[in-house]
Amino acid sequence: MSGGVDSAVAAARAVEAGHDVVGVHLALSRMPGTLRTGSRGCCTIEDSRDAWRACDVLGIPYYVWDFSERFKEDVVQDFIDEYAAGRTPNPCMRCNERIKFAALLEKAIALGFDAVCTGHYAKVIEDADGNRELHRAADWAKDQSYVLGVLTHEQLKHSMFPLADTPSKAEVRAEAERRGLSVANKPDSHDICFIPDGDTAGWLAEKIDMATGDIVDETGAKVGEHPGANAFTVGQRRGLKLGTPAADGKPRFVLEIRPKENKVVVGPEALLAIDEIRGIKVSWAGLPIAEVDTGEEFDCYAQVRAHGDPVPATARMERGESDGAAQLVVTLTNPLRGVAPGQTVVLYQGSRVLGQATIDAARSLQRAAL
Amino acid sequence: MPVYLDHAATTPLSPEALAALTRELARTGNPSSLHGSGRRARRAVEDAREALAAAAGAHPSEVIFTSGGTESDNLAVKGLYWARAGEKPERRRILCSAVEHHAVMDTVEWLERHEGADVTWLPVDSDGAVDLAVLEAELARDPDSIALVTVMWANNEVGTIQPIHRVVELAHAAGVPVHSDAVQAFGSLPVDFKASGLDAMSISGHKIGGPVGVGALLLGRSVKLTPVQHGGGQERDVRSGTLDTASIAAFAAAAENAAVHLGTESARIAALRDRLIDGVRDRVPEAVLRGAPRNGRLPGNAHFTFPGCEGDSLLFLLDLAGVESSTGSACTAGVPRPSHVLLAMGLDEETARGAQRFTLGHSSKDADVDALLAALPDAYARARQAGMAGHESSIQTAGTVARQGLGGR
Repeated sequence: MSGGVDSAVAAARAVEAGHDVVGVHLALSRMPGTLRTGSRGCCTIEDSRDAWRACDVLGIPYYVWDFSERFKEDVVQDFIDEYAAGRTPNPCMRCNERIKFAALLEKAIALGFDAVCTGHYAKVIEDADGNRELHRAADWAKDQSYVLGVLTHEQLKHSMFPLADTPSKAEVRAEAERRGLSVANKPDSHDICFIPDGDTAGWLAEKIDMATGDIVDETGAKVGEHPGANAFTVGQRRGLKLGTPAADGKPRFVLEIRPKENKVVVGPEALLAIDEIRGIKVSWAGLPIAEVDTGEEFDCYAQVRAHGDPVPATARMERGESDGAAQLVVTLTNPLRGVAPGQTVVLYQGSRVLGQATIDAARSLQRAAL
Repeated sequence: MPVYLDHAATTPLSPEALAALTRELARTGNPSSLHGSGRRARRAVEDAREALAAAAGAHPSEVIFTSGGTESDNLAVKGLYWARAGEKPERRRILCSAVEHHAVMDTVEWLERHEGADVTWLPVDSDGAVDLAVLEAELARDPDSIALVTVMWANNEVGTIQPIHRVVELAHAAGVPVHSDAVQAFGSLPVDFKASGLDAMSISGHKIGGPVGVGALLLGRSVKLTPVQHGGGQERDVRSGTLDTASIAAFAAAAENAAVHLGTESARIAALRDRLIDGVRDRVPEAVLRGAPRNGRLPGNAHFTFPGCEGDSLLFLLDLAGVESSTGSACTAGVPRPSHVLLAMGLDEETARGAQRFTLGHSSKDADVDALLAALPDAYARARQAGMAGHESSIQTAGTVARQGLGGR
């Protein structure tokens, strides 16, 4: 329980459904701030108290479990390492994969619990054979299945999302009010929890060594200098401070970051459109569909960020030429902008989440033809 | 009804205290008022002062009523420090045991950060008893620069009784006043303020069957103390604030009751404790008793570390089985931290994380110990399993899938 309204209502519904429920607040830092100021920070004392208060009202025990070491290693350090390698990670996904539905789940199972129940907006469906599928929540606007796309079948077997069928967030707030939960009107958290002031670039600048390097265009010609490649994200237009204008005078965008060479590649907007994605670290949310094993191509929708739209695509599994590792190849029906290595691509069929992969390469046909 | 084994946190209100509390709560009157109602309230407070003084071996004028142990500790440590440093500015040193309750420890740290105090943390042995040789050596080093010595009478976590009489002897030989936090000792051990020679001693109501929110600082009549809280000049002008007649009357009733039954109760509770300790060792041979052996510890305290498990997991599982215990140490925002007491006793962090404290009191009986002994083996086995969890996950995650090449085709 984060101390927010969603997990409080999820806990209330689980209690009402007759489960033996215990509230657990994750301590993700050993030095929680005193009080929240402005934006929400992770595991502030006030959030912990809010979660505790909700448990009091529900009449269930409340514990704080310290996963700060694991969180630092598996989520925060991973976030820094990914940026340092020129990729764009999703820390909430890492936390779901490695902390909430792994370290925490494992401790819970050892203590005799059956499942981790969270306030995520997503739905688990069980078929006649007891196999589980992950689906979008009823309210697609609030749906959070994307950040859960990383869960394996085993993890889904121990997951409960009581907010699955809630028509809207407003409904959840109204229910919290009715149940006497003091967090009913608490603002949503939006930022990365371990960067409380929301200044990701500033936070990263303190953690990653930055060195000046070249900005080159799509042909490899130097067009400017940058203060540190990791300060840039793919698709960025502002703040490039290019000395040499483009031949056609049109604005240029960051196409690629090459951390090894400490180079930032820029080019015209058209080259941002990605046609093909190659994904590694593939996993399936539940049992994989038949085509995964046969290697046949299948139709699906691909989503590359938490609040992005799903776009039509075809996908197939391949073995990597060099290392033989499983790779997911996603061909986008219409070219898509805003795709960067490190992001997660989640595949859907209708409301069902098929699985996910970490984007290793994003290919623009137009750029490849240059 | 759950089995309550957390009497060191708070113990049930005694019937005598409850009677005094409800009697006085129903009455009106500020003990500082001069009219009839005030006189009646004052009488109740002064009766209580005499009763409490008698129970603690003090003179009535040495009793300063406070809101509890934490306030008493703050008042004693800050008050003595400011008074002594005020007399001689070079008196900045505080000698403090490394196993104090946070009410003393954090006060001393605050004085260090904000008031120029120079703190020496007195080490303890593996039982948690303060090292008298170090105390002696520190006292010998420029005694006139020392503002005060503060050493608790008995430890709240591991129950170890400190050699408080020797501490006072050594400090007084060097001309240094001594404060002791006797919150856990008072009501459980024979505590005689006058015989101890202490200059200041903190006690609390709710640890002895009185209500929460009342305590006292016993303060020698000639001891100078700078007040922390200013106002109407109550309590020798040392602790201002309208006296809480009902709580004070109840506190005194509990203290009187505890003093009357001390001999028989401490023997009865110590025998229960020994049965608990033997039973735990018998059922969980890996468990290690922490703190001093039998007579060296509080009669109601049994403290163990359980290898390979987290104290809060064990607490949770015992709670689930209807047995209420404690990990023994305070936490910040609920984040469990290894106890400073156990670390000071030389334990490593991992061992210290497996701490569990069982404390008995006046309502404890054989059946409570039986219930713990019945629930403990399963709880320990399970907590140990959970303690191993979370290091390398056995749950299949996307990461393990990728490593094992199970991503399909």
